[in-house]
Amino acid sequence: MATVTEAIESSPYDGPFRRPKSTSGLVGWLTTVDHKKIGILYGATALLFFIAGGVEALLLRIQLARPENDFLTADVYNRMFTMHGITMIFLVVMPLGAAFFNYLIPLMIGARDVAFPRLNAFSYWVFLGGGIFIYSSFFLGGAPNAGWFSYANLSTQGLPDQVGVNFFAIGLQITGIASLVASVNFVTTIINLRAPGMSFFKMPMFVWMSLVTNFLLMFAMPVIAVALFQLLFDSMFGTNFFNPAAGGDPLLWQHMFWLFGHPEVYILILPAMGIVSEVLPTFSRKPLFGYQIVAYSGIAIGLMGWGVWAHHMFAVGLGPVANSAFALSTMFIAVPTGVKIFNWMGTMWGGKIRFTTPMLMSIGFVTMFIIGGLSGVTHSIVPADYQQTDTYYVVAHFHYVLFGGAIFGLFSGIYYWWPKLSGKLLSERLGKTQFVLMFIGFNLTFGPMHILGLQGMQRRYYRYQVGEGFDFWNMVETVGAFIIALSVLVFIINVIVTRRRGKPSGDDPWDARTIEWSIPSPTPHYNFLEIPVVKERDDFWHKKYSEDESGKAVPVVAGGQDVEEKPEEGEVAEEHAEPHMPKPSYWPLVAAAGIPLIGYGLMFQWVLAGIGAAVLFVGIYGWAMEPVE
Amino acid sequence: MSDTTAVVEHGAHHTSTGLDNRKLAMWGFLGSECLLFGALISSYLLYRTRGEGVKPVDVYDIPYTSVSSFVLLMSSLTMVLALSALQRDDERQSRVWLTATALLGMTFVGGQVYEFTTFVMHDGISLTANPASSAFFLLTGFHGTHVTLGIIMLLSLVGMSLAGKVGKQNSLYVELVGLYWHFVDIVWVVIFTVVYLMPTPN
Repeated sequence: MATVTEAIESSPYDGPFRRPKSTSGLVGWLTTVDHKKIGILYGATALLFFIAGGVEALLLRIQLARPENDFLTADVYNRMFTMHGITMIFLVVMPLGAAFFNYLIPLMIGARDVAFPRLNAFSYWVFLGGGIFIYSSFFLGGAPNAGWFSYANLSTQGLPDQVGVNFFAIGLQITGIASLVASVNFVTTIINLRAPGMSFFKMPMFVWMSLVTNFLLMFAMPVIAVALFQLLFDSMFGTNFFNPAAGGDPLLWQHMFWLFGHPEVYILILPAMGIVSEVLPTFSRKPLFGYQIVAYSGIAIGLMGWGVWAHHMFAVGLGPVANSAFALSTMFIAVPTGVKIFNWMGTMWGGKIRFTTPMLMSIGFVTMFIIGGLSGVTHSIVPADYQQTDTYYVVAHFHYVLFGGAIFGLFSGIYYWWPKLSGKLLSERLGKTQFVLMFIGFNLTFGPMHILGLQGMQRRYYRYQVGEGFDFWNMVETVGAFIIALSVLVFIINVIVTRRRGKPSGDDPWDARTIEWSIPSPTPHYNFLEIPVVKERDDFWHKKYSEDESGKAVPVVAGGQDVEEKPEEGEVAEEHAEPHMPKPSYWPLVAAAGIPLIGYGLMFQWVLAGIGAAVLFVGIYGWAMEPVE
Repeated sequence: MSDTTAVVEHGAHHTSTGLDNRKLAMWGFLGSECLLFGALISSYLLYRTRGEGVKPVDVYDIPYTSVSSFVLLMSSLTMVLALSALQRDDERQSRVWLTATALLGMTFVGGQVYEFTTFVMHDGISLTANPASSAFFLLTGFHGTHVTLGIIMLLSLVGMSLAGKVGKQNSLYVELVGLYWHFVDIVWVVIFTVVYLMPTPN
């Protein structure tokens, strides 16, 4: 506990561990511990990787546009679909989720920062290091090429070289460290830093879904860590964990991978569900229908998500008992998800709906996610799954939940909270153009995959023959993929145009419900001048509106002074006492820089690993030694 | 100025549960560690009889490992004594107990190094000999690494205490390391029972 006296004593400290003062410019970004800046860094990095993963997808689609195409070789095709999967899951959707956690959780619970600001910066830099490490594989001997789940023993014995698999195993281990550290931080933040009065059932639904997601991360990451260690030991040190000839069992990899992999699916989708649960009420001008049910169903998904992993493995021959058990649990887990969908529809039902871009994206999420969810239920029927396994039907399913679901939801969040972080509204016209293009392109790309899959077109084959009957829909899909690319281009233009000459948004452009909109937009670096006291669910809404006898919302007039008073108080207070915020620090960056070096060292030159370990040690030492305030 | 301090105390040091952030985070981290060791122990149980040649299960020296397990368990006692000494404001004695904990930990790790060496040199059970040995070394190696990190933390605490940076007001530092240390001990209780003592079906 740093008391005030300590802070005063240590403030003139000017030794070798003094903390950086600048909060602007490049140094400001490199040393920041501000959750908002870290959130923006996460988001920007994820969008860059989104473009990379998108380009990889376009290359795949060009190759598949025509039968017997020679655009990509089989080897390049393998690397492209592997990198596309790794990128979109670990370097796009997960960090985009982290971007929202970072920016929004403290604002929504009425806190000034996360529980451990420096650890938060460390998470980001480790994630960035992991992403760069994985992408450097293109220049250092070959990208991963055994699929995003890198099935053993194909990955340990079936490839001409192990470079790609080693990049996969070490790279995911690094991003896993980032996720684990971040999850501990966010769980602590949500449990411990809520504003006075904000009990668990007064938290915004996004915070609830974030809490569940971060618990899942906390428990899923160590499982994949062990599996990745075993894979790495097999490919690097010659152990036989997954070599059946020596007594190993490739199924162990599959079990461990999917024991992580299925909770991971919910890690990807729950943040988007949280976003949608904020956007729909705002633009329907109604509270979230069945708030507690939505929260409980999120918890139920989080718990049941641990009992369904083997539905990824129906076709490997676990036997009828195991297959039936996992078929049942898979059908059951559709229940809490279905409950959520009805709650979202109930929220919109009878509301005064405004069709803004975030609202359209959220409705897109709900509709596309229903399709993806239903095709998911068809997988739970084991005999049907035997037919669908490893066909494009599966590809269609998970793109409907991860693109139609997660990406639509995340874009909804980007449009919704953009004014919060920049003080400007993204262009609605360009936004709606993007939505229409993305919606059409998405359905053209992934809708026909259902048909092709049921016709028997296999995943991961780099070409198909003339006369198999796959030509037409494949061409349609390729066209659709380019329409998606165009929609992303429209988004980039929108961001640039808005930065140049966007309209100022005001503090509360959407007439929103949750407390992050009660403070100025863009958010001041200290968030809340005074920590708010929360009385109600959707507290900000209740400060703005009360109900008349017929239950209609009417603006608060008499109680309005409550809202009016605060800024005045704020202005006075601002002159005298700006809240005391954590100072920037170099050490998270230094410590994080050591970790990919250790990774390169393991692969190429042990000396590098030593240097990496030394850098990491210096980083931790500096971290421990620098003055707290 | 008094305004600022009020805000600082309110904003930064008051938590919703009353539990210190660092303590809560440590509990979360240890929960995560349960899954790490869960996965490692499960892998070992699956593989303990797999593969050709001599396996660790054939050559366990139960009396020897019992002694080193006892040493590790006693280190939990000295850890508790270190914390309670510090909370009584007897930092000197706390340092003695911290050092004792670290020494007991080192004895355990030393015992493990000896065990590994015997396995490799005497019984021919190397890391790559068979899946059973790989799983054994991965599991016990990870545990040994955890103990080693714990020893480093304990010695850092002793160093910080000598530099006057611990004291009664910072007894939380000792408590946090203690939580970690007890967890690593408990995991060993599970490993010793499940890996060493439980009979292997043939």
